[in-house]
Amino acid sequence: MSWTALYASFFATVGFGVMFNVPRKSLVAAGCVGMLGWSVFVTLNNNMNMNIIPATLLAAFCVATASQLLARYYKMPVTVFGISGVIPLVPGGMAYETIRHFIENDYLEGIRLGTVTLLLAASIAFGLIFSSVITENLSRRKGNP
Amino acid sequence: MNSSIGEVMEVCLLAGKIMLQSGAEIYRIEDTMNRIARACAVSEPHSYVTVTGIFLTLRDPERGREQTRFLRICERQIDLNKIAAVNQISRMLGERELTLKQAHEALMTIERSGFLYPLWLQIIAAAFASGFVCLAFGGTWLDFWPSVVTGGLGFLLYILINRRVAVKFFSEILAAFAVGLIAYLFYYYGIHYLNIILHSDKVIIGSVMPLVPGVLIMNAIRDLMAGDLVAGLARGTEAFLTALAIGTGVAVALAVLM
Repeated sequence: MSWTALYASFFATVGFGVMFNVPRKSLVAAGCVGMLGWSVFVTLNNNMNMNIIPATLLAAFCVATASQLLARYYKMPVTVFGISGVIPLVPGGMAYETIRHFIENDYLEGIRLGTVTLLLAASIAFGLIFSSVITENLSRRKGNP
Repeated sequence: MNSSIGEVMEVCLLAGKIMLQSGAEIYRIEDTMNRIARACAVSEPHSYVTVTGIFLTLRDPERGREQTRFLRICERQIDLNKIAAVNQISRMLGERELTLKQAHEALMTIERSGFLYPLWLQIIAAAFASGFVCLAFGGTWLDFWPSVVTGGLGFLLYILINRRVAVKFFSEILAAFAVGLIAYLFYYYGIHYLNIILHSDKVIIGSVMPLVPGVLIMNAIRDLMAGDLVAGLARGTEAFLTALAIGTGVAVALAVLM
């Protein structure tokens, strides 16, 4: 993984944070969440040759867990940290590639990419679900609901 | 804390309205309204929130009568700062640090306040977010500035059209079309005049990112997880159609040019 990917994902996430009016004092934290998610994804997908779908799942899990912890620390809603961090993982680029192949009459490739896009969206969802199940159970055991 | 049921109703609905307009998750809105009501000693509050409206029923503890009100929400714009602020107020109300009247005034101040960051800053942020996403997806520094310009112009166009035209998804299609067009112009200019080859697909992926409905997707998932199936499906459909609009816009631009 290169340094470029690290700081690029940080500044990209901060940029999205400004677009979504993330409160000033949590802007840097939100950027770090995005950097964490993207570096997990790049490390697993490029450096360890993991399939793109489990890599996205684990990255989304890390983003969601970090957001939950930060939300408790800053006493703010989880979405403040999570939304901009998850955006680089959202398969927007792949959704566009899907439609492009359909328009170029390459239906087979379009269907393949469309399936991967759906699976990626589902794996983000599962990453978020796992994270919230685990953090909620752990915090209940500690005794603060 | 003794306050009339009408005041409690007013504060709950105002909090719900601000949160729904700023794009909060459904369960968080319902939870906040219920918590405010309970903090004011109203037992058994019932709230039902969809993407476009809020229902709230409160039972008057003294007279035993129920009161129900409904609020229609038309405009929505993502503003996480307001969600965090309302959250803070409901928390303070629950811990008795604020009275109901103070909370009402604080909520009205939040409702009147504009965005945390001015519009020009949001457009610049969108432009640079595009550039850095392009870098993160494997673009080079040569692709960075074209992506910044393309993403910024695309987002600016999106905002301008969104203000004039009420048709949903039209602004996304047109902005994505412009992104495809400008990115191709950069690519063409680079090849024919500067002898450099830009990664036009990376530039396009970076530049459409400000239009991608990331908040909608995240909220749809969280709504479905919390069991708010109607709102989750509605937001999921909106996100899907937005993604479709973006893909179509870019693809049409490329199909026309190539």
